[in-house]
Amino acid sequence: MLKLPVYLDNNATTPCDPRVVETMLPFFTETFGNASSRNHAFGWAAEAAVDLAREQVAALIGADPKEIIFTSGATEADNLALKGVFEMYIDKGNHIITTEIEHKAILDTCKHLEKQGAEITYLKVNSEGLPDLKELEAAITPKTIMVAIMYANNEIGVINPIKEISAIAKRHGVLMMSDITQAAGKIPVDVDRDGIDLAAFSAHKLYGPKGIGALYVRRKSPRVKVTAQLDGGGHERGMRSGTLNVPGIVGFGKACEISLGEMEEEGKRLAVLRDKLENALLQLEESAVNGFRAQRLPHVSNISFRYIEGEALLMGFNKNIAVSSGSACTSASPEPSYVLTSLGLGDDLAHSSIRFGLGRFTTEEEIDYAIKAVTETVNKLREISPLWEMFKEGADMSSIEWSRP
Amino acid sequence: MDYAAKVMDHYNNPRNAGKLDIASLNVGTGLIHVSEYIEVVRIQIEINPAKNIITDARFKTFGCGSAIAAASLTTEWLKGKTPEDAFKINNMDIVEALSLPPSKIHCTILVEDAVKAAINDYRHKNGLEALQEEALESNYELEGM
Repeated sequence: MLKLPVYLDNNATTPCDPRVVETMLPFFTETFGNASSRNHAFGWAAEAAVDLAREQVAALIGADPKEIIFTSGATEADNLALKGVFEMYIDKGNHIITTEIEHKAILDTCKHLEKQGAEITYLKVNSEGLPDLKELEAAITPKTIMVAIMYANNEIGVINPIKEISAIAKRHGVLMMSDITQAAGKIPVDVDRDGIDLAAFSAHKLYGPKGIGALYVRRKSPRVKVTAQLDGGGHERGMRSGTLNVPGIVGFGKACEISLGEMEEEGKRLAVLRDKLENALLQLEESAVNGFRAQRLPHVSNISFRYIEGEALLMGFNKNIAVSSGSACTSASPEPSYVLTSLGLGDDLAHSSIRFGLGRFTTEEEIDYAIKAVTETVNKLREISPLWEMFKEGADMSSIEWSRP
Repeated sequence: MDYAAKVMDHYNNPRNAGKLDIASLNVGTGLIHVSEYIEVVRIQIEINPAKNIITDARFKTFGCGSAIAAASLTTEWLKGKTPEDAFKINNMDIVEALSLPPSKIHCTILVEDAVKAAINDYRHKNGLEALQEEALESNYELEGM
């Protein structure tokens, strides 16, 4: 039985897995101790739970538990990585290389650092969403301290060649930082294999609770240090003060354990559903996938439907289907998605895009429903789109004769 | 975003969506776009020259739901009006009728402009002088024109 509304926005956030919630519950009421309370049983129990969770989180990305710094989420972890490395390595240099299509937590932090004297290179990406590795290498200077490039993009799901990127960074003695938020728990991430020195991610993207995340900080070859951004009790090896969010950490650990165990099978299942959705929607004329199809997260599809506007499209079914659009038709923020425009999409196509993010609880019945609803709405809106009419009549779309008001 | 029920009504059941014969002397066409918002509105009117009355109106919109609703509602208003009265339709009337939030005002400016353009297209075709906006009515900044 299909239950509405259907949730297909799992890149924004995921529901907590019930197994995660069940594991967390005792840590609100019974095992509520402060993990830093070293001299009584309540503290010891909390600490033991945090230790286990730290192992579970570390195992997901092939790290040592000591290399996991718990934070409030990926945004804080991104901030800590960028600002912390910039401050710690300022004697070595002030140059950081990133890409134009990073998450705002990276881009806005870079903008902040520029005001503090940092030099930031924002690499362009090609039409498939990938940076040019030659350009990356050419951008490295003696002042470069870090390359910060996401593992997989949140809007288009394209996976970066992190191993190749980190090899370039390593060759020049530059740290490799990656926001792995969208990739962790979805595809295999291994900090040693991938050559990552710092990695930011969060629990709520992998069926854990909101408000908890982590920064992986490499301890050996090289030993990486970051300057703390919060002063206080010196928790998390001095890198992140603040009483540990024990229930959140426990949930994060459980979520990582489940994701690691189910990743392979789940990835295959989601790829089948995603491909079904995508292939069906590509049957619509003038629809196209955004981003490199062959190298994507298995659960993401970003599609543009030319000659209709994304927000209008959503309006046709957003009571029953939750997705996200690359369009924002308000005078406050008239900008279409910067990720899509970086791919070289015109504003019109960027405005016509929809991101589908499938997840652990997505069923085939839901996908069938989405295919039907989206197809119907696209056809209906094209019926009333003057651009679609002109296109179908073979008009030259680049030289439309506009009226003068 | 909370869309007013009126917007949803026009979105679900657009009134007068479609096309009139662009070549007909009795038909005026206004095709307006705002590049910043990537919106396009086309308003067409058919005029009975003997009675000087708008007998039919059609629209097509590429844009958000509010832009669709604004154009749809306006075509309802156009029918039965003289071109001179239709020329006085103000975008803020549409804003009020659909209870649109301030962020959607730009959609209605587009529709008002398309109406005016359609009327003047008809007048141009028939050798009449273009109607001009009165000074009082031009309070609203035309965005992206």
